Amino acid sequence: MPADESYPADLRYHRDHDWVRVAGDEATFGITWHAQDALGEVVFFEPPTVGGRVEADGSYGSLESVKAVSDVIAPLAGTVTAVNDAVVESPELVNEAPYDAGWLIRVKLDDVAAVEALLDAAAYQATL
Amino acid sequence: MAPTPRKTPLHDRHVELGARMVDFAGWEMPVYYVGINEEHRAVRARAGLFDVSHMGQFEITGTGAEGLLRKALASDIDRLEEGQAQYSFLLNAKGGIIDDLIVYKLPNKVWLLVVNAGNIAIDLAHLKSFKHRAATITDVSDVTAMIALQGPVAMELLADIWPKKTPAPETGKPFTIVERVVAGVPSRVAYTGYTGEPGVEIMCAADRAGDLWDGILARREHGVVPSGLGARDTLRLEVGYPLHGHDINPKTTPIEASLGRFVHLGREFMGSDVLDKQAAKGVKRRLVGLKIVDRAIPREGYPILSGGEKIGTITSGTLSPSIDRGIGLGYVAEMFSKPGTVLQVDIRGRLRDAEVVKLPFYKKEA
Repeated sequence: MPADESYPADLRYHRDHDWVRVAGDEATFGITWHAQDALGEVVFFEPPTVGGRVEADGSYGSLESVKAVSDVIAPLAGTVTAVNDAVVESPELVNEAPYDAGWLIRVKLDDVAAVEALLDAAAYQATL
Repeated sequence: MAPTPRKTPLHDRHVELGARMVDFAGWEMPVYYVGINEEHRAVRARAGLFDVSHMGQFEITGTGAEGLLRKALASDIDRLEEGQAQYSFLLNAKGGIIDDLIVYKLPNKVWLLVVNAGNIAIDLAHLKSFKHRAATITDVSDVTAMIALQGPVAMELLADIWPKKTPAPETGKPFTIVERVVAGVPSRVAYTGYTGEPGVEIMCAADRAGDLWDGILARREHGVVPSGLGARDTLRLEVGYPLHGHDINPKTTPIEASLGRFVHLGREFMGSDVLDKQAAKGVKRRLVGLKIVDRAIPREGYPILSGGEKIGTITSGTLSPSIDRGIGLGYVAEMFSKPGTVLQVDIRGRLRDAEVVKLPFYKKEA
């Protein structure tokens, strides 16, 4: 079942509807409830290569629904340390739990302080 | 600015059912209620109910009706008995498909054409351009609603709301039409559809559409679910049915679109000289079905390649819910159109192997 709309306060957000959860110098990326709702049922996740680079505001992979394709945008720059294989196997996790089981990649950040420039939950919601 | 999309007589019911509404061909239509995949599977396993009231209906009457249709349609209407139907085309002088449609021969010398919503005005203008004085063309689209009930349990459900003392719904043959009072609503019941499943398309007065819709959904015990245009699109693609404006258009002919079997040559009709020539000499390109070997999804506009060279373009694509593979239709140079040929599709910069397959992509196991 699709998740209920929410924007957790402990996350930071990119205006292109991506979220980031920072722990030490590592961050987890995913897409927001709004993004998965606009996309519809996700049927395919094309992830980046572990060890590869992601650049802030750059695309690092794509999510596809039955009807559409969408690039996923990195909120911050760094090196990919993990890809969520569960989402590659079961892309619907992005709809069911966009902030938990539906995370997309983990990244070792170049600059942890850069997170401060991202939106907080209230500021992101104001853009919707 | 785009004009405000129009609403079908069932619009409020869709909203109440929680449908995600989109603008389609100038109409506000449900793309899905719960989810495209779930509705797709329900239609394959049980039944789905679709509002297709956006589609157009014309009635052609008068002593010149047949004369007009003989000139305007690519199929031979003289092969039809009363109560029978054909899949057909309106062609331009170059043999290009102005629209694809179903023509029904009704009682009392009435002919019914069911056409695509986005082409109603174009089709009307085209039919009138023949200047057939003894044929009257009446656009009844606005006063007609159309509901499709499709899936393996469709006939069983229909039997519950079918008039007694008439032959049971399952005795109806594909491509026939009967007049029945269904769930209390006077209707034309056509044994046609766009899903590859057994089923019907039911036409009734627009102001009775709600009663018909409610009467069918009251039989939820059969497992029928309201289904949106999203599932309608994935269902039709799995069985290889073309969508006008995408897979076929005024620049493609039925022969190029691999739909030659629906055209009856050896007669004179608009565009027939071009089709005669193509049937005799062959065509440069053909519409084929492509199945992606890896897990990747082809989309409209993606290039099709062979040996690194572009030889065609995808016109429709999706992830097939039934076979869980990326499937698509596209035009390729004739020499690459044989089933079994392995081509590549450029899926956002990555070349993916794709096999030309015989349509349909999906066929129910017997």
